[in-house]
Amino acid sequence: MGSPVISARNVWKIFGKDPVGYLKTLQPGRSFEDIRADGYIAGVRDVSLDVARGEMLVIMGLSGSGKSTLVRCFSRLHEITGGSIEVDGQIIGDLSEKDLIELRRNKMGMVFQSFGLLPHRTVLDNVAFPLEMRGQDRHTRRKRALEVIELVGLAGREDYFPRELSGGQQQRVGIARSLAIEPDIWFLDEPFSALDPLIRREMQDEFLRLQAMLGKTIVFITHDFDEALRLADRIAIMKDGAVEQCDTPDQIVMNPTTDYVAKFTEEIDKARVVHAGVLARAGVAGEGQPVEAGATVQQLARLLVNDSRDLIPVADKGQVIGALDRQGALDILLKAS
Amino acid sequence: MTATTTEAATTAPALPRKTLGLAMIGLAVAMTLLHYVGLLPAWLHRLPEAIIPPFATWLDAIFNFVKDDLGLLALTRLLTDGLEVVLDATANLLFGKRRWPNIGPIPWSAIAAMAAVVGYYLGGWRMALLAGGTFVWTAMIGQWDIAMQTMSVLVVAAPLAFVIGLVLGITAWKSPSFDAVLRPVLAVLQTLPFFTYLLPAVIFFKVGPTAGAVATTVYAIPPMILMTTLGLQKVSPEVVEAGKMSGCTRWQMLRHVYIPAARTEILVGVNQVIMLCLAMVVLTAFIGMPGLGAKLLAMMGSFKIGRSFEIGVTIVLLAVTLDRMSKAWVVKLPEHFERGTPFWIRHKFLLMAIGAFVGFTLIAQFVPILSEVGRKQSWSQGKEIDTLIKNFLAIDLVQSITNSIRYVLNIWVLNPLRDFMLSIPTVAFVLLVSAAALLVAGRREAVLAAVFFGLVALTGWWDRSVITLYSVLAAVSIALLLGVPIGIVAARKEKTANAVLLACDTAQTFPSFIYLIPAIMLFGITATSVVMSILIFSMVPLVRYTIEGLRNVPDEMTEAADMSGATRMQKLWNVQLPLALPTMAVGFNQAIMFAFFMVIIAAFIGTQDLGQELQRTLAGTDLGKNFVLGICVTLMALTFDMVIMKWADDKKARLGLN
Repeated sequence: MGSPVISARNVWKIFGKDPVGYLKTLQPGRSFEDIRADGYIAGVRDVSLDVARGEMLVIMGLSGSGKSTLVRCFSRLHEITGGSIEVDGQIIGDLSEKDLIELRRNKMGMVFQSFGLLPHRTVLDNVAFPLEMRGQDRHTRRKRALEVIELVGLAGREDYFPRELSGGQQQRVGIARSLAIEPDIWFLDEPFSALDPLIRREMQDEFLRLQAMLGKTIVFITHDFDEALRLADRIAIMKDGAVEQCDTPDQIVMNPTTDYVAKFTEEIDKARVVHAGVLARAGVAGEGQPVEAGATVQQLARLLVNDSRDLIPVADKGQVIGALDRQGALDILLKAS
Repeated sequence: MTATTTEAATTAPALPRKTLGLAMIGLAVAMTLLHYVGLLPAWLHRLPEAIIPPFATWLDAIFNFVKDDLGLLALTRLLTDGLEVVLDATANLLFGKRRWPNIGPIPWSAIAAMAAVVGYYLGGWRMALLAGGTFVWTAMIGQWDIAMQTMSVLVVAAPLAFVIGLVLGITAWKSPSFDAVLRPVLAVLQTLPFFTYLLPAVIFFKVGPTAGAVATTVYAIPPMILMTTLGLQKVSPEVVEAGKMSGCTRWQMLRHVYIPAARTEILVGVNQVIMLCLAMVVLTAFIGMPGLGAKLLAMMGSFKIGRSFEIGVTIVLLAVTLDRMSKAWVVKLPEHFERGTPFWIRHKFLLMAIGAFVGFTLIAQFVPILSEVGRKQSWSQGKEIDTLIKNFLAIDLVQSITNSIRYVLNIWVLNPLRDFMLSIPTVAFVLLVSAAALLVAGRREAVLAAVFFGLVALTGWWDRSVITLYSVLAAVSIALLLGVPIGIVAARKEKTANAVLLACDTAQTFPSFIYLIPAIMLFGITATSVVMSILIFSMVPLVRYTIEGLRNVPDEMTEAADMSGATRMQKLWNVQLPLALPTMAVGFNQAIMFAFFMVIIAAFIGTQDLGQELQRTLAGTDLGKNFVLGICVTLMALTFDMVIMKWADDKKARLGLN
């Protein structure tokens, strides 16, 4: 995986009168409610996270859990109260205003829940906005903007104003704008939450298509657990400003570490999430035809029911990595814990 | 359930407030009664001259120090020279004053045509007709030159006020400490009577158009500042973050994100600037600024009702045109053109405007009437209207009606009220005001009310202040009795409500000076006219906010009342009025502010209040006295503003309305 692109160490973000002074005197182990009783709001509580290059980390939590605050700390839209955040090896809290602007102009893109489009600019001018800000000439930025507009499927709407577009189309503009500068890091703050369920599904597919093409490092925020499971390489579940668990979807579903996470996973159809590769126990050899490590339990349902083997070999890219216990997999399928 | 608990929580500590307030009222009543039976010592009735500090002299000393020793006068005279060049240029272009650049006057038909094109661009055919028609009327009625004298100041003052207001607004938004200093200053500026703007302008900026332009500019700045700050604060945080993530520098943020995103509020500010400028530029007639206002003042003074009426129509038409066009600009959003649209279609309005302007300028060279309407050619019907109105007023029925209104008002209402208010001992009066503030608003307001009215007493202008207050209260009370029922009736039907609201909106755009015309027409130059003009002027916001308040009662509440089987009256008294009350209070507050404004203008008819004294100061250089008088008006107006708004806010919070 290489060195992490974003590395957060013991990050705190406290809102209130004198957050820095308060954090200094803060006793370890004080809960969110304790802090609130002191007159402060803990947006982010002692979060340590790494985001690897090319990885899609989904931060999941209910409203007010601090997920939006955390991602704004990553891009330094919020100044953090304590801890440190490194982006590409630079501590972003130490950057001068000029360097920060440079970083945002060249490496970061962000998509917002209610789109954040500039109402007085056309689609083209909105998408070209970051390019204009970094001083590119009209011709270059127009060319690049048209490329990204094409990429998100809005060709022909360049001269429309945001208010003339539907919600889904507006978010496509937001996505195009965030991609215009070819960022390394892509932040998406609940990009599809304001959309109708049908459009949301369509946009998720679109997003997966784009990501398969572009392979960016992504921090994606959502309050929708299904969305998180669908998109994530890893999920960080947040509550009251702290990360409860950060792991792959399979692990979160199979082994929730806290009651809070367990509650979330209760209603989830685990068979759709858990992959054969995760169930495979190394060093155990099954016999017969192996199954693909990337297949979910649900996809293997017919085989699991019909097959008579106890141990089924699992292969990743043609290489057998172990074998799964058929009975265990069937339990997942039948929702028996 | 939550509503009742919060109610209980707020009323619990309010109990001693109520007792205290009633005790203060009791004390005041006792003092007044003592005074009636002649037992109250004289120093409690009116403050003795000896303890009244010479505020005016002190202020004069300060002004003189700033003016001469600090060299402010030298600076303003320098500014005057610059401003004069600009004003001369617009005067040359608009009505041919012999100054640089010596190319004017522009033919009236060219200006009217261009106005029509701009109107067409902003609001289609109807706006084109309104804008073009206004200018055609102005020319044909023979008022082109005086109207352009007014406009030549307006076209300088309004942009100036816009720029200064925008810059100050941005600064206030950026710096909270500047904002904290600015806010009270703005509150004072907005209640300061206009005479107090005029005298310093004359002293520092020379009599005539320059002083007029400066007074007008200063007068129009506050709402621009407030709208700018409001607009910038309202920009959605995601748009701001999108700007930051796009790598905007601070300047780019302001230029490309904040200001365009706050477009609507800034343009509403522009509308207010234009309307206030028009209202003020007409009033600068009092410092000898020529134009529509001066002409109107002269005509009303010599009771030439016909010409006054015509000038009034011109001013009203101008006001409505400017208001509608600037409001149309607020809602005008850019539209996209399909790719490959040719140049002349993209810019068709610009080309049309240039074409109309050049075309009419050329034609006017050969058709003189399109360039200037001569005295004999105008359609003015001044004399004929005069006779018409005189004949109308001479009809026995009309005369007996106006006479009896005048008699009833004067003998039964106005004079007794004035005498009663004057008979209350000063200390008791201050106590009463403070007690009312305590009962209606709260402790803080009660203390401030006492301080404000105490200061008024200390200026030594108590009697005149009380007379001012009496005119305001008398007129607003009558306006309340008439306006609220009109509002309630109008609000019943969607159609009438809209019609009345439109009428109110339009009436609010008229410069206040206009309201004197009908009053003088009916009641001549008498004290009744003063009350009448205030009455008409302050009724507008009352009607308007009554309708707004009733209409904004949430549907589900009126539906709940209907389903509970409430009759129309029960619904009105138990559901609609209580919920509309906070909004109506805002209208009441505005009515009082309008009344304070109007009562000062009415000084010109002949009153015995602060306005009269203020108008007298204009003749001299009594800056100190002018300010003391102005501050008296401000202090009284601010007391009302503070108390009523606090009450309305509290009430709104308790009702859970936004």
